[in-house]
Order: sequence, then structure tokens, then C-alpha cells
Amino acid sequence: MKDRQPPVIEARHLRKVFGDFTAVDDISFRLHRGECLGLLGPNGAGKTSTIRMVYGFSPMSAGSLRVFGLDVTTRWRSIKARIGVCHQENNLDPDLSVLENLVVFAGYFSIPRKVAKERAEKLLRFMSLDQRQDEKVTNLSGGMMRRLVLARALINEPELLILDEPTTGLDPQSRHQVWEKLDQLRAEGLSILLTTHYMEEASSLCDRLVIIDHGKILVQGKPKELIRQHAGRDVIEVFNPTNKLLRFVESSRLMHDNLPRRLIIYGQENDGIFERLGEHYCAENCIRRMATLEDVFLRLTGRDLRE
Amino acid sequence: MNLLAGRDVTWRFMRVWQRNFIVYRRIWKINFLPPILEPLFYLLAFGLGFGSLVGKIVYQGREIQYVAFIAPALLSVNMMYNAFFENTYASFVRMYYQKTFDAIMATPLSLREVILGEIAWGATKSLMATAVMLGVVSAFGLVAYPHGLLILPLSFLAGVAFGAVGMVFTGITPTIDMFNLPVFLFITPMFLFSGTFFPLNDLPTWAQKVAAAFPLTHLVTVTRGLCLGIMSRDYLYGIFYLIVFSLLWIPLALKAMERRLIR
Ligand SMILES: Nc1ncnc2c1ncn2[C@@H]1O[C@H](COP(=O)(O)OP(=O)(O)OP(=O)(O)O)[C@@H](O)[C@H]1O
Ligand SMILES: [Mg+2]
Repeated sequence: MKDRQPPVIEARHLRKVFGDFTAVDDISFRLHRGECLGLLGPNGAGKTSTIRMVYGFSPMSAGSLRVFGLDVTTRWRSIKARIGVCHQENNLDPDLSVLENLVVFAGYFSIPRKVAKERAEKLLRFMSLDQRQDEKVTNLSGGMMRRLVLARALINEPELLILDEPTTGLDPQSRHQVWEKLDQLRAEGLSILLTTHYMEEASSLCDRLVIIDHGKILVQGKPKELIRQHAGRDVIEVFNPTNKLLRFVESSRLMHDNLPRRLIIYGQENDGIFERLGEHYCAENCIRRMATLEDVFLRLTGRDLRE
Repeated sequence: MNLLAGRDVTWRFMRVWQRNFIVYRRIWKINFLPPILEPLFYLLAFGLGFGSLVGKIVYQGREIQYVAFIAPALLSVNMMYNAFFENTYASFVRMYYQKTFDAIMATPLSLREVILGEIAWGATKSLMATAVMLGVVSAFGLVAYPHGLLILPLSFLAGVAFGAVGMVFTGITPTIDMFNLPVFLFITPMFLFSGTFFPLNDLPTWAQKVAAAFPLTHLVTVTRGLCLGIMSRDYLYGIFYLIVFSLLWIPLALKAMERRLIR
């Protein structure tokens, strides 16, 4: 039964070209109903460009894109009526109060005023903003603004939520609060497409991840699988490793990264390598920890700074 | 570009108008002050000060007071300013600084609807400011009724014309400061040379021809005729000019904004 339903997003060979620069280069992915898909990638990887094509803001240069089984190029109006978008940059309406931001936005969806008001009040309670409903949005803190943007994206009761870096620039408290709300929405069955630079956010919220760089997909898969495949199970970080250790690591073909003043060794399950390392090569300069998504990300996209 | 093809203009553009109206309502007192005070200042300065120098002037074979000559010009300039400045500076702030258009484009509206909503709003501001100013000018007995009532729909049409021009500049200006250029090159010359403060037939023929190309010239002519209660075929020509002018500039505005925002 479930397979009969079209995927919420089906992107095939998407391309986006700006002049002679290719921002999105042949990207294909699917988002299934009720799923949270994370789009990861360094600055300029092409995440926002991809997302903007999905919600019909930006015309694609090539490829095909279906949302809810509908073609984005022709059915953009019905598609946009069914999705909620949280842009990367804040674009709340500074001329309107907190409540008006929601009610006026509901107007763009032709939601009757009375229904809009009820929904807005409910959403403000959900986002713990009901005490602030008459305030100017410019008086809100960063965290509150982000929650308001999220509330605004939910005003049309969307089936798909598109979030472009929903927690960038927030303090840990606000970030956790946003995660909690997103988790709640996910549990209610909302499909979510999310971009983020926080690996913790991606691994805890997303069912599946797509890591892109330079407009191309590097890998996709479940967070745990990606970690296992690309960073193993456990990691030992050695500060100022001795030459003896470096030779050992190289001769025994361990998965590793040799950084200035730091060596990272990625170990597979039960390979017993860490015990040997611990006995023969390590003193206080070693830390053993679980492999994380951040290891995967850095291994795949490199450690060089982006412009 | 398929994204823009098909049914991309519907009545939904009124939602954008509505948004601007809600914001306007909040500060309506400040918005109403200029159209009340401006004619008072001008009528005072030109009527009492300058008018005594000029005395009466002959217009369309009638001898009229100088204030009666400039009052329609003040109304016309007010229409031009309200729409043009709304669709340049104010629209630019919404588009560029507040990212309001970006936010709206994630909803079922098309960019064309957003821009048409903005132009309709600029025209509405022209209409509202004209209604207020018309009240003030009428109190001086400078408007003939019922002809004068036609100035209200005229102010909306003029608002569309000048708003569409403003929107084109909003689509192409790199920064907000650059609006100085169209103001300096178009708005100010029109303000002075559209038969506003002196009759055009005092000018050499070539200058009259240049003035005949200005939309404000036609607007002033029609408004003046309505204020004086003179009915003439020439006014139909003026209205026709404003309609054609609008029909040319609206698509240009849509094109300019698409080129700027759809990427
Ligand atoms: N309108 C545009 N014109 C030209 N180049 C653009 C345009 N928009 C984006 N780009 C370029 O396309 C590339 C991808 O940009 P995009 O915004 O999609 O990256 P991103 O993955 O969202 O990055 P970030 O993490 O910084 O938000 C960048 O190199 C950017 O400079
Ligand atoms: Mg981005």
C-alpha cells in the first residue's frame, strides 16, 4: 500500500546553473512520506539552491522534480499551498506584530480570517510565544524569531516542511527547544526536508541524510550506516603522535587521518586494534570515543575552509 | 520559463495589497498629514505671496486666479509622488531589506501577483492622498463639482501609471540611493515643466513638444479641466494616454522584477 503513494519529493538529475557556475550538478534524491531527510554540505555546497528549486522559487536548469507526485514547473501553485518553508535568512515582516505575522501570512494561502486567527493562536502556544503575540517582531530574541518563523511555516498545515538551517545562530537552549518542537512534528507524521551545519541535529532528527559538496551528492543513507561505513565504530585521537605509532598505523592499513599534531584512527567492530594501540603506543595523549557524523562529514568533504 | 507560464496572475494579488493596507492603517495619522499640510503651504505661498505678483492668468480663454491654476497641479503632483515613492523607496525596502517578497513567494502567490499587488497599493495611496487633498482644496472653493469627483478615479489611474514606472526602477536599481537618479532626471523636470506652475503655451514650440510626452502634463490638463468644470474631448485623449502608458510600463515592471528576483 505504502509504495503506491508517490514520494513526497522525487528529484531526478537536478541541475542549477548561474551563468557559467554550476551550483547544483545532477542531484537525485527522494523523500518519502513521514520521513525527515537531511541535506548536509559545507558553505556553498548547493543546499539552498536545491531547496529553492523544490519549493518552486527558482527554476531548474535541467532535470525533473515532482512534489506530492506533481510536476513543479506546472503545478507550483498547488504544491506551494501544501508546503511550509523556513528560509535561511530571517524574513519575518517587521512592519507587523507577532500575531499579525501569522494571520497576514495565512491570508496568502487564502485561509479565512477566523480560522487563521485560531490557528495562529494555537501555533503561538505551541511555540511558547503566546505571551508575545502583540509585540513587534524586532523585539524578539533570535530564538523566538526562529520559533515564529517555524510557526509561520505551519500556518497552512503543510504536509511537507522545508527548513533551511533552522537553528543556525541560536544558543544551545533555543536550539534544543526547536529540536524538541521538530521532533514533535515529526512524530505527528510531517515530512521534513532540512539543511543544517549541526551534525548532532542531523543525526538526531533525520531518518536519512544526503551529503553534498560542489553541487554533487557524495553519499546518502541512514546516519548510523554512514557513520559505520565512513568512520567505523570507534575513534582514537592521538595528539602529537610518535613516529613509531605513525609507522604502525600505516603498515597495518588502518583507516586514519594524519593531521598536523593530531592523528585520528578509525576502528572497525571487534578488530581489537584499539587494545593493541592502548598497550603499546598510547599514554595520556590518546582519547577514545565513538565515531560521529562529524567524522564522516569531515572525511568526505575535507578539512579545507570554503570561501 | 515554465515557472512563470500559465495561470500566474489571479485575484490573489489583492493579498499583497491587504498586507500593505494593514501596515498603513497602523500609522494612518502620519500618512494623512502630508496631503493636508502640503496644499495649505503651497496655496499660502503661491496664493498670497507669489499670486499677488502674477495676479490673474488666462487659461483656455478664461481669466482665473493663480491659485486656481496651480491647485490642480498640486493634486496631480501629489498623485505622482504618492505612487512613485511608494513603488520605489517603500517597495525596495520590502523587497531588499525586509525580504517580504521572498517570504510571500513561498506561498501560492506568483511574483507577478506580488508586483501587481504593490502597484495596486501605490495607486491606492495616490487615491487616498488625493481624497484628503481634494477636501482641503475644495474648502478654498477651488474645485467645481460634480466634475471634481472624477478626480478620484483619475488619481487611481495616475497612481498605476507612475507606480509602474517606479516599479521598473525598483527592478533595476542596484542600491536604494540610486533612486536619486530617476527622481532628478524624471520626477523633478516633470514637476516643473508639465504645465504645473505656468501655462505651456508660454514655452517655445520644441519645449511644448517635449512636455507633451510627459504623463504628468496630461494628468495636469485633465485634473485642471475637472477642477475648473470645463468638459472637453481633449481630456479623453489625456486619459487614453495614461491608460496606454500604464499598459506599457506594467509589463516592463514585471519583466524587470522577474529578472531581478527569479534566479
Ligand atoms: N543567485 C545566484 N547567483 C550566482 N551564484 C549563486 C546564486 N545563488 C547561489 N549562488 C552560488 O551557488 C553556490 C551554492 O549556493 P547555496 O546558497 O546553494 O549554498 P548552500 O549550500 O546553501 O551554502 P550555505 O551553507 O552557505 O547556506 C554558491 O557558490 C553560491 O555563491
Ligand atoms: Mg544555504
